Amino acid sequence: MTKGHDKVLAFRGVTKRFGGVVALDHFDMEVDEGQIVGLIGPNGSGKTTSFNVLTGIYAANGGEVEFLGQDITNWPAQKVYEAGVARTFQRSRLCVDLSIFDNIMIGNHQHLNHGLMFNIFKRKAFRRQMEESYEEAKELMTIFDPPLADRMFEAVGTFNMIDRRRIEICRALISHPRLLLLDEPSAGMTEDETRQLMDDILVARERIDGLSIVLVEHEMGMIERVTDRCVVLNFGQKICEGEYREVASDKLVQEAYLGVE
Amino acid sequence: MTDKSKDMLIGLTAIVLGSVFLITFIAIESQVGILALIGMTAIAVVVSARMGISKRISEAFSSNEALMNGTVIVALLVVTVWFREDHFPLLMIATVMLYLTACLGLNIQFGYTGVVNFSGAAFFGVGCYTAAVLNQHTAIPHLMVVVLGGVAAALVGSILILPVLRTRGHYAAVVTIAFGILFKTFLEVNDTLGGPQGLKVPGMEVLGWNFNSNIEIGDEIELSFYLNYVAIGLILSVLAFALTRRVERSWVGLSLDAVRLDETVAACFGINIRRWKITAFTLGNVLVGMAGAVFAMMLGFIAPTNFAFGDSLILVSIVLLGGMGSPWGTVVAAGLVILLPEKLQAIQEYRFLLYAIVVILILLFRPQGLLPRGLRAYVPGWRG
Repeated sequence: MTKGHDKVLAFRGVTKRFGGVVALDHFDMEVDEGQIVGLIGPNGSGKTTSFNVLTGIYAANGGEVEFLGQDITNWPAQKVYEAGVARTFQRSRLCVDLSIFDNIMIGNHQHLNHGLMFNIFKRKAFRRQMEESYEEAKELMTIFDPPLADRMFEAVGTFNMIDRRRIEICRALISHPRLLLLDEPSAGMTEDETRQLMDDILVARERIDGLSIVLVEHEMGMIERVTDRCVVLNFGQKICEGEYREVASDKLVQEAYLGVE
Repeated sequence: MTDKSKDMLIGLTAIVLGSVFLITFIAIESQVGILALIGMTAIAVVVSARMGISKRISEAFSSNEALMNGTVIVALLVVTVWFREDHFPLLMIATVMLYLTACLGLNIQFGYTGVVNFSGAAFFGVGCYTAAVLNQHTAIPHLMVVVLGGVAAALVGSILILPVLRTRGHYAAVVTIAFGILFKTFLEVNDTLGGPQGLKVPGMEVLGWNFNSNIEIGDEIELSFYLNYVAIGLILSVLAFALTRRVERSWVGLSLDAVRLDETVAACFGINIRRWKITAFTLGNVLVGMAGAVFAMMLGFIAPTNFAFGDSLILVSIVLLGGMGSPWGTVVAAGLVILLPEKLQAIQEYRFLLYAIVVILILLFRPQGLLPRGLRAYVPGWRG
């Protein structure tokens, strides 16, 4: 890993079309190391699309995506993950029938030995790796939610929204990503839970050196408190960028959110 | 007595009762007797579930796994020895073992990975025909032929890999159904493979030991030759069971689950979806093909009608009935699905109707299967 990369992520003129709909229109955005960038905009403005293009779920129609100095445009999802990008999903997409530990280990894929021989015949070595991974997962879970760390072998389906969101964040962080993408983490949460979640995000940045975060969010209180900088999207175009206060007072942004008289 | 050893005692008692049930069920001839036995067992199962006994049994199995699994194998051996002189019961037991092996293969495919396969009978058939051809025309040792049956099924399966990777859900089901029908038609029109009349399959012989002649001990005792096939069926199914377990309790099993549950998430965390679908599909077909090869040698004769779509459905229904991804469920369901229609001979053609109704009722009231799969324990009894 090259050191001293100030710029972690850059979108340059990224365009994504779905038939006649332009979901992202020459979109530019940069994220610096250690920064938390808020990505906001009305529904359907292209926020999640930008995540999906970055993580290889959609192929871009134009432009380029650069991550840690590499051109990763249209890389398959697996490679993007291995390069150091991890994400959460809009509607929490955990495997509810699996345990917390299983879910976090899905995120840890990169560090686990998936050889058939290793898994089926070298059970002692497997067990060692499993126990090490368990300690690591437990440690990470303890940072966000100590009670959950003692319930690692219970099905995710039995936990509530905030717990699930934390499990999802742990699943993303266990791989030691350089960039964490959070897609509407506060969706479906009470005000109190949202507040706890904000603390979680700040804790994550504090604990993990050099972690950059992009946060898609509708909850403006959260954006205000957590982010260093905001990018505002409307109909796939960036209409404004800057600190929350500047952005919030921008005329175009107000029109986009409240409509024009 | 601690709770744990109490659980163990309950578990062991359950195994003993289970083998007594199995022996009575197989031995009983009168139809009224069978119906009464089924009714009593159903009540016993429901009552023990209500009283929490089944929970303790499963607790016993998870905390003393080696002991309990070993006892089950011993119990199966006892049942086998009980019927040592009777052809038909032993044939049924061996059939259950071989179907179990095949279904454990299918379980890896769609129970774990979500790769649907409605052409199980075709891959079973590939194993059968491989055994028929190799036993007739070559001198390859028969144990090797069994392995080659699995390899052949995997090779034939590789034709299907591209469509299986590109389709999902109903579409994948249709692709495999079409393949199964194609396979049967191919056998019917292909004269070198015997056409609709089928082929004779020379019986198994290992190191000069002929599987198809009765075992004579002294002048008095003559044991059924099917004992040989029960033995190899048991070995195969135990190996398949152990393999399934180890796959499940590893990162491989976790990746397979991730592929089944959410492909997008799996891809976003670096899981190579193609790799795991191909691995699971191939591994499953190997087991199905190996079971097929032994099955053909046991029956001594195979024809295309053995490998129809209906037979594929029976394999699928065993996995569904037992509970997707649950190897013990597959064991129970394989026994039920093979033995029940055989024991209901008296009601003639209606037995399949009754059998279908039983399957529908079970899936209606217990959609997760008879013995639903629990959470993964990487190392039994280990909880951090």
